[in-house]
Amino acid sequence: MTALPPLQFEENLSGRHRKSLIMRFVFQASTIIGIIALTALLYNIITESFGFVAVENERDPDALIGGGAPLQEAGKDALAAVLREHVSEGLIRRLDAERPLVDRSRQELYDLVVERVVNPRVVGSWTLAESLFEKRKILLTMSEEFPGARLVFRSWLRPELISKPQSSVPERAGVRTAILGSLWVIFITVIISFPVGVGAAIYLEEYARDNLLNRVIQTNIYNLAGIPSIIYGMLGLAIFVRALEPLTSGSLLGLADSSTANGRTILSAGLTLALLVLPIIIINAQEAIRSVPQSLRHSSYGVGATKWQTVWHHVLPASFDRVLTGTILAISRAIGETAPLVVIGASTFVTLDPKSVFSKFTTLPIQIYQLTARPQAEFRNAAAAAIVVLLVLLLTLNASAVLLRNRYSKKKRML
Amino acid sequence: MERHPHMRKSAAGLGLAKRFRPGELVIQTALTFCATVSILTTLGIVAVLGKESLRFFLSGEVNLIEFLTSTKWQPAIGEFGILPLATATLVTSVIAMAIAGPIGLAVAVYLSEYAPERVRLFLKPVLEILAGVPTVVYGYFALTFVTPILRSVLGKDVVNVYNMASAGIVMGVLILPLVSSMCEDALSSVPRALKEGAYALGATRLETTVSVVIPAAFSGIAAAFVLGLSRAVGETMIVALAAGAGPAFTINPLRAAETMTGHIVRISSGDLSFNTIDYNSIFAIGLMLFLITLVLNIFNRWIVKRFREVYE
Repeated sequence: MTALPPLQFEENLSGRHRKSLIMRFVFQASTIIGIIALTALLYNIITESFGFVAVENERDPDALIGGGAPLQEAGKDALAAVLREHVSEGLIRRLDAERPLVDRSRQELYDLVVERVVNPRVVGSWTLAESLFEKRKILLTMSEEFPGARLVFRSWLRPELISKPQSSVPERAGVRTAILGSLWVIFITVIISFPVGVGAAIYLEEYARDNLLNRVIQTNIYNLAGIPSIIYGMLGLAIFVRALEPLTSGSLLGLADSSTANGRTILSAGLTLALLVLPIIIINAQEAIRSVPQSLRHSSYGVGATKWQTVWHHVLPASFDRVLTGTILAISRAIGETAPLVVIGASTFVTLDPKSVFSKFTTLPIQIYQLTARPQAEFRNAAAAAIVVLLVLLLTLNASAVLLRNRYSKKKRML
Repeated sequence: MERHPHMRKSAAGLGLAKRFRPGELVIQTALTFCATVSILTTLGIVAVLGKESLRFFLSGEVNLIEFLTSTKWQPAIGEFGILPLATATLVTSVIAMAIAGPIGLAVAVYLSEYAPERVRLFLKPVLEILAGVPTVVYGYFALTFVTPILRSVLGKDVVNVYNMASAGIVMGVLILPLVSSMCEDALSSVPRALKEGAYALGATRLETTVSVVIPAAFSGIAAAFVLGLSRAVGETMIVALAAGAGPAFTINPLRAAETMTGHIVRISSGDLSFNTIDYNSIFAIGLMLFLITLVLNIFNRWIVKRFREVYE
């Protein structure tokens, strides 16, 4: 133990106390910075998700139907006629192939007319804060820059965001394919990393003798936890995408998705993330297993149980709540991971739902990255709304972790 | 005494000690395999980074000295000097640590020495939420919130749209919870007796903290700083979104410059074809990144070992 510096005796007591008090406030103020940062982050996302937009129609909806009748009141036949008049024949054929126009309901036809013919475009957007407090300035900008546009209050966070696939137009951008992609990838990650991670933890805590090999494994796990995630992406790119392409593209099993047919698939992404979260799961599970009292193991051995019986029937049930919590935290980290998936080659534009683990993929964080990286402000509004979806997803997951933990620890108490 | 039939059988050779159980053996082998996956991962990383970097250096377009000393990274004209990328990484990481280090330590001191239980119960979850927000969200925050503020305060012609300062500041916020929670662990593991000794000598709370608690927890605090730095060096999405999309050799934090991680992400977005110099070059950068974080990790362990104060 090194010698502590001598405390100097000073008579100036009130001065010392004043100094102590001042520093106390400094420490307190630092804590507030954390709260301010979190508040600013949430404020920023919310204020970008809602607000006024300037909408310009490509064609005036009320001039489409002869006689100046408003479009909202037009009948089914009139709407179909408008569609046929203004939309190219190729598109009509494609729409007919999806489902014949005559079979569609009036509402569907109306939506089609709005989307394809009236084609409202967002030409300018404002944040929620601006919309609430600077309405006059907005109106001024409107009359100067977008004289032909309407001012509409828009929530970028809307049901269509979740139900519609990606689009190159910001106001129609959806994240449906990205959410499904995230869920598929995470599914693969969980079914690989959970058993392997818990298995490794059991080995290290219950079976491993204290020899060189096991010490190397343990040190190695700590080091792996400190490697930047992007390096795992490069590992995935070289191993899963490239070297194991026949396996990860599905061509080995004859299941390759014709649209991709390369290794940049959900399977590769899931495996990469599994390797990424493995050290975290192992470390958490080890701590959980270590906290099981030794007496429990001894009593199990005492009645003649084998090692595995002891682990399976006593150690695991007694530590399962903590193992599970650790795993869920690791998984929520995996859901938010972006960099490794960009490196292994997530697709930039996916409009079809993933069909199998051999489909090409995009995930929610990648979608947010791509929306944010676009220059137009409207894409950033869509990105903010997508962030809300991602945060809600993560919050749900973490809340379920807490609930699960509570349920299991209650059961444990009853044992 | 009537003996159990099972026991009578085993009494003959006393075979209680070790019976061959194939099931147990299979399970143990499977568990051992699980543990070796981590070794395989490390070997895989080293092999992949090493192999592709070797190809990069053997391609004839670049040699090691030029790679480490040239101040230009322009793959289009065959210039591969890592310095512009490395300085950008250095600048953003230093800014991040300048924020996360002192503030993180101050938060930890407040939480472990001053805060009443009520405040702790409120603050801990706030920090945990901050730590759980995905980094891409922080990137969005840097680009759409911090950058506009910097630009309106310092002037639009002084601060670029993409700049290292905003990325560094937000990275500091990202690392803050990590640093503060590790520091707090270190501070709160200092034995009560030491603090009470200081109080008994008439030291104020500040004097106790600065002269007794912080020196006693030094190894843990230093480890937290090193780990935070290693996180900052490897952090990707914040710099990819906010720091800039083109290598520039500058240490002015208000200018745009691409970091090592940012460059890897930009080059590999979209379909990067294999066996091109671009493909190999990102592995060379990755190898550098791997070595830097490895050295930081080892340094971290050394600090903990070297400066740990063991009580009783």
